[in-house]
Amino acid sequence: MLAVRNLSFSYGQKSVLLDINLDCKPMLTAIIGPNATGKSTFLKCIAGLLKHRGKVILNGKRIYDGDSTGQVSYLPQDNGTPIALTVLEAVLLGMHQSLSWRVSQKDLDLAFGVLEDLGIEELSTRLLNQLSGGQQQMVSIAQSLVREPQVLLMDEPTSSLDLYRQLEIFNLIKKVTYEKNIITLVALHDLNLAARYADRMVVMSKGTIYDAGEPYAILTEDMIKTVYGVHADVYMDRDGLPVVVPKVSSSPAKRIQHRDTLGQRQPEKALGGVLTP
Amino acid sequence: MSRDAYDRITRRKIVYLIVVIGAMILTFFIDIMTGPAWLSMKEVIQAIFWPGQSDPMVEGIVWIIRLPVAFMAISVGAALGVAGAEMQTILGNPLASPYTLGISGAAGFGAALAMVLGVGAVPYAQEFLVPLNAFIFSLITCMTIYMLARGRKKNQTETIILVGIALLFLFNAFLALLQYMASENELQAVVFWLFGSLMKATWPKLAIVTVVLILLIPLFARDAWKLTALRLGDSKAQSLGIDVRKLRLRVFVGISLITATAVCFVGTIGFVGLVAPHISRMLVGEDQRFFLPLSALSGALLLSAASVGSKMIIPGSIFPIGIITSFIGVPFFLALILTRKEGHW
Repeated sequence: MLAVRNLSFSYGQKSVLLDINLDCKPMLTAIIGPNATGKSTFLKCIAGLLKHRGKVILNGKRIYDGDSTGQVSYLPQDNGTPIALTVLEAVLLGMHQSLSWRVSQKDLDLAFGVLEDLGIEELSTRLLNQLSGGQQQMVSIAQSLVREPQVLLMDEPTSSLDLYRQLEIFNLIKKVTYEKNIITLVALHDLNLAARYADRMVVMSKGTIYDAGEPYAILTEDMIKTVYGVHADVYMDRDGLPVVVPKVSSSPAKRIQHRDTLGQRQPEKALGGVLTP
Repeated sequence: MSRDAYDRITRRKIVYLIVVIGAMILTFFIDIMTGPAWLSMKEVIQAIFWPGQSDPMVEGIVWIIRLPVAFMAISVGAALGVAGAEMQTILGNPLASPYTLGISGAAGFGAALAMVLGVGAVPYAQEFLVPLNAFIFSLITCMTIYMLARGRKKNQTETIILVGIALLFLFNAFLALLQYMASENELQAVVFWLFGSLMKATWPKLAIVTVVLILLIPLFARDAWKLTALRLGDSKAQSLGIDVRKLRLRVFVGISLITATAVCFVGTIGFVGLVAPHISRMLVGEDQRFFLPLSALSGALLLSAASVGSKMIIPGSIFPIGIITSFIGVPFFLALILTRKEGHW
């Protein structure tokens, strides 16, 4: 159990997080909210990377700033500088705390195991600077999974991946979360992706938590209007999951609507179909 | 399948290390053979391994004159290679070398102060007046950079670079002032010192450089994985649980000590500290478990080869090695850069 108590953080004079309280169980929690509401800062505070006020408690023990026990794994949005380092070595870096100069067979097995799970084993001997942006993101994900953390914090982990990879990665994150009983928090912009995969959603707005709960209870037209300032319809798809379709009133959007009408395409079906892996 | 490929890559890196060690040993012996009086490999080996059985004249040349110089080339080359590798790592900059941050400027000023004004930072040390001055002024520069960078929470790298460059200009100006004031003989001594030379190598000086190197390399080696992660960028390294500020400052202190020790005895020998890390990166990549030792070895090889070159250009005379390192290093380096397809920085 991860408990956040009275967490506040400011960059100089500017308050970013205001007295946040949150409990997280081992499940996949999506953190949503507009830009600059403090989602990334919140994850960094939990990871112990930013000096904050308040407490972050994992299984009754407080996590301190700069915690390096490896219990908490944080995947930043930035994949890092692509350098002349093989993918396998980059993945090994994820568990540098426990590595010695000579890498044991057990650690190699662990690293190769994660690469196999992610389906990128064939990249193991390629250099990071020879990979595409999406492949680099996969390596970053491998780096955070190889630590076998109790808490997995991911900031937009699929932002540069194609749709197929996005679904594949979220299926894997969900599988790992359940199998290893991990408390997973993912900051996401894509509300439909969040709705499909998250067990729970936390909405952040202006440095505070606006609401938290199961996706169907959270994703309402009112919430989207209040938090994002956008008018949207929320439908239930065939799987009973909420699907958000923003209402568009400007002229380019009308053209799209017209085309949809011609093609007899129903918005909820279209999105539901796309999201099926 | 991938595992086999990975093992193959690791073996190849080990082979590179072994090849460079072999080449370094070879140049070391050639370095002892060459000079105003040419010696054969047999004479050299006999004088080194079976002293007392060979010509006393040859033994004198080998043990008193050439061995300290040849070893000094290896030690100083390794020191500059390691210092350059870690300077590029902590600053995340391909242009960084041990001399980027005013260390050479300060050392030059310290040495010139001793030569021109006879002013020593430590009294009663006439024999070591010049190196001690160079060493102390290098360390003053490093400590100034360290103190200013330590308090910075953000932009630590930029602070280190900009303060270092500012100090470089300051000491160069002081040095120019001293040169302006110096007599002809003093000026000659200063200029010659600035060229860099191994010729003043003695066994005690060699011992100091080597001991500092042997003490500090394990400290870098202990942080090998962290330093590799640092090359991915600060935010990535932090996310992996590394305290990048402390790591950077700790390594900076190590680099300062190694560079100050090397430069104070031999003057400013350029290029080795810049090029050796690049050569190593091209051969074995950024994994510091291979990159660090190979940078040391290729630095040693480069300076040893330059030492041979400095004696061969005009037979009978010895060129300042600081000039030769660039003559040998630049074409080799350009060839490596232009023949590589992948970017390594």
